Amino acid sequence: MKELKIIPIKNGTVIDHITAGYAVKVLRVLKIPESTSSVVSVAMNVSGKMGKKDIVKVENRELDPHELDKIALIAPKATINIIREYEVVKKHKVELPNEVVGIAKCSNPTCISNAREPVKSRFQIVSKDPLRIKCYYCDREPEDIAEGII
Amino acid sequence: MKMNFKNRDIVSIKDFSKTDITAILNYAKHMIPYAKGEKQIDILKKYILSSLFFEPSTRTRLSFESAMNRLGGRVIGFADPSATSQKKGESLADTIRMADAYSDIIVIRHPQEGAARLAAEFAEVPIINAGDGAGQHPTQCLLDLFTILTEKKRIEKNHIVLLGDLKYGRTVHSLAYALSLFGAELTFVSPESLKMPKEVINECKEFGVEPNSTVNLDKAIIDADVLYVTRIQKERFPDAEEYNRVVGTYKVDNELLKQAKKDLIIMHPLPRVTEIDPEVDATHHALYFKQAFNGIPIRMALLSLVLEGRKL
Ligand SMILES: [Zn+2]
Repeated sequence: MKELKIIPIKNGTVIDHITAGYAVKVLRVLKIPESTSSVVSVAMNVSGKMGKKDIVKVENRELDPHELDKIALIAPKATINIIREYEVVKKHKVELPNEVVGIAKCSNPTCISNAREPVKSRFQIVSKDPLRIKCYYCDREPEDIAEGII
Repeated sequence: MKMNFKNRDIVSIKDFSKTDITAILNYAKHMIPYAKGEKQIDILKKYILSSLFFEPSTRTRLSFESAMNRLGGRVIGFADPSATSQKKGESLADTIRMADAYSDIIVIRHPQEGAARLAAEFAEVPIINAGDGAGQHPTQCLLDLFTILTEKKRIEKNHIVLLGDLKYGRTVHSLAYALSLFGAELTFVSPESLKMPKEVINECKEFGVEPNSTVNLDKAIIDADVLYVTRIQKERFPDAEEYNRVVGTYKVDNELLKQAKKDLIIMHPLPRVTEIDPEVDATHHALYFKQAFNGIPIRMALLSLVLEGRKL
């Protein structure tokens, strides 16, 4: 019997090629499930052409591909597929914006953005490949970006 | 000429181009007789400065207050964080909103990195960073550049030796950046455990400067034009033994200076502890007290540029 790992969806959004193990962080950034009542399915450690990956599917909701660019910090190779009637009608590779707000925590414990202040963390992209980001407040570059994801 | 400083925040030296910095330094030269009190001026008489020192720094605070007073302005604020409402749990953002309503410019010193950047977000009035933790201290950097410029007539092409704690000392990081921007020749002298971070060296290289790094001060000093000494801070070390081992590594005294150029100048951001022997104070090499004075014309220049545009 063919194993049904990934059930196709009729309408909605498929986020593919998420770095294996990071689906949960992607959901967190997208505020799922709090922000949606849609059916969401997650597949982890799926074998793909380029090794293992995670996949997230959100049914009956077309997420704005550009809004999803912020997940590029966690999943730089992710692709966003908009599905209508089982067909991919739009495909988008995530692209890092020049600034990411509220996604990662600064690794510097004495950074003011980690204090009880009414601001969100804010990073500027120093370089996209290799990925380097810099805290807008304290200029510090985190060594492990994924570790700081909120 | 693009030189509008009016209402600009002064948070990091990296916010300024070489042209900007040159303009500030040149303007500061005009301020010297006013800074000394030889001439009087009151171009800032309609302004109030908020001086918010969330950690004590007497030298920097008095220097800003003197600069504002010399220009006819007035100062409100606090020097002791224990007296502030932050102790009662108020956020920095709220304190800034208050100062924003009460004054025309805010000078802030804070123990946490990024505090001035945050303050700039919550204030309509301009913010001047007077040091944020291990982060930036742009007015110190400007007064250091000003000291080199006034003594050596130019910044570029001088051989400048930075000595001491180059790993944690924030002053030397911004200074290495700015000196590279101007094309100075750099040598970094420090104990092995306190070497200049790679990121700073890479920044220098981006401006085409190839700094030398060494533990050997005797050699480095021979053709130095400027020796910039910094304090090795005890609180940086996990144990006293390691500190004691490192702290005595370098000592600038008259014996060492026998090998130096006649016109070598010695700078230090102060306070110093044991790294410069007091016997050096009487030599013509010792520039650190004049350097401290230079904080006044530099801060006068900044205050009037930011509050009034260019006017003298
Ligand atoms: Zn930070």
